[in-house]
Amino acid sequence: MNDALSPYAQTTLQLFGGVFAVLLLASSVGALLRHAVARGQPHAVIDNLTARVNAWWVMVGAIAAAFLFGPQGVTVLFAFVSFHALREFITLLTTRRADHPAIATAFFVVLPLQYAFVWTGWYGMFSIFIPVYAFLLLPILAALGGDAQRFLERTSKVQWGLMVSVFCISHVPALVTLEIPGFEGRNLLLIAFLVIVVQGSDVLQYIWGKLCGRRKVAPVLSPSKTWEGLLGGVASATALGAALHWVTPFTPLQAAAISLVICAMGFLGGLVMSAIKRDRGIKDWGQLIEGHGGMLDRLDSVVFAAPVFFHVVRYWWVP
Amino acid sequence: MMARWVGALIVVFARLLTGVQARWRGAPPMALPTVYFANHTSHGDFVLLWASLPGDLRERTRPVAAADYWLRSGLRRFIGCAVFGALLIDRDPARDRAAAGPGPSSGPLEQMEAALHGGDSLILFPEGTRNVGDELLLPFKSGIYHLASRHPEVRLVPVWIENLRRVLPKGSWLPVPLACSVDFGAPLARVEGEDKVAFLARARQALLSLRPDGDRDE
Repeated sequence: MNDALSPYAQTTLQLFGGVFAVLLLASSVGALLRHAVARGQPHAVIDNLTARVNAWWVMVGAIAAAFLFGPQGVTVLFAFVSFHALREFITLLTTRRADHPAIATAFFVVLPLQYAFVWTGWYGMFSIFIPVYAFLLLPILAALGGDAQRFLERTSKVQWGLMVSVFCISHVPALVTLEIPGFEGRNLLLIAFLVIVVQGSDVLQYIWGKLCGRRKVAPVLSPSKTWEGLLGGVASATALGAALHWVTPFTPLQAAAISLVICAMGFLGGLVMSAIKRDRGIKDWGQLIEGHGGMLDRLDSVVFAAPVFFHVVRYWWVP
Repeated sequence: MMARWVGALIVVFARLLTGVQARWRGAPPMALPTVYFANHTSHGDFVLLWASLPGDLRERTRPVAAADYWLRSGLRRFIGCAVFGALLIDRDPARDRAAAGPGPSSGPLEQMEAALHGGDSLILFPEGTRNVGDELLLPFKSGIYHLASRHPEVRLVPVWIENLRRVLPKGSWLPVPLACSVDFGAPLARVEGEDKVAFLARARQALLSLRPDGDRDE
């Protein structure tokens, strides 16, 4: 049967097969814990674990479905992800009546255009559209509203919302536009690599933290993050990335180095997003995903890792 | 038939636009004659509240709305009367009585009583008008007190609608897709011999206490 499949399809199937096997294992462990430890009674940690694993099934399923539709499918999927993230971000901010035109422009003009540039592979525009044009236009619209009260604060909030929710996240589907010699037609695997390593790092940090976490990294911003969880999680996720080098154009050593960088960015991204949440006095960005909170709670690490991953690959692998 | 489809479309649109989260924090939804009383900051308030109700309750829940607004054009009349089954009341009962001539009075209170008696539930905005200022909640009109004291069997459920004003602020025609929430509280307990001022203050407090943290419009 494998003779009929391209090397890309084989690799993709093996990768998703591996991910499904891990999820199956996680679900089995969850069921075992529910049976043996919780004995069918409600149990905060185990119930949260089960909710998280179930949410992972849905998320992996969504990504798998998007992969079936190819690069366009993935672009559309992440456009919706950006939309939801932007909604969560702006909803939780304090804005005034005069910000309405800027917010409407962010949702209905900037977001669709950014993903249109990704869709058509127009790198020159995709990489500067938000930092140059949107960041100049939005304060102009806010100023035309004629309300100077806390102007700088308000405009920077909308800009941050676009930066985090649209610009950064759009670098994930933009990976398919990179032309890497000898890797043609296989770019979706770069997306799978990024998501698996960064999200794997989150999960591994959670597991290491639960198993042997004691010293807090950032007690004020994120009390659940520990040094033990951080080091154990990033080290094992780096090893995971090295082990996945066969799906990428990287050597094992390169894959490990890149994994280390994106895991570090992911951790720091989580810290920044926690700081924003503390500033707003909230715990989660939303209630979209049971056990995880909102879209941004799940994606905070990818948000910071994706642009760096994109540019590292583009600088060293695209001639 | 047409009205049903338009109603279903409006519910889908409102849900997609606002991703509305309905939270029944006081008691589960019940198919009993109920007055849902809510804060009023946007023309979309009763649509969102209506869309947040379970489908079977929605069919028997009618917004109490101003006749002069909803009868102004054919489209409004269709949406207000046929789709939402609005209970249209005259904001100026004196004129109403003069026009109707002598006979049994059909003031707003009597209209609401008739609807509740017929098994319907009502959506009421006790502030009496849209709150477009900086106040969280305007003073309540006394209609809800008279309804409550005459009909102790009717459930009075406070409903806080959050964020809709930011979705469609005053003077704008373009809604933005910010997330909204609708919080349903526990039915208001009745206190024997409570006077109007005390009742209205308690009702107002019940509504304010539902306000979620986080989302803020200034």
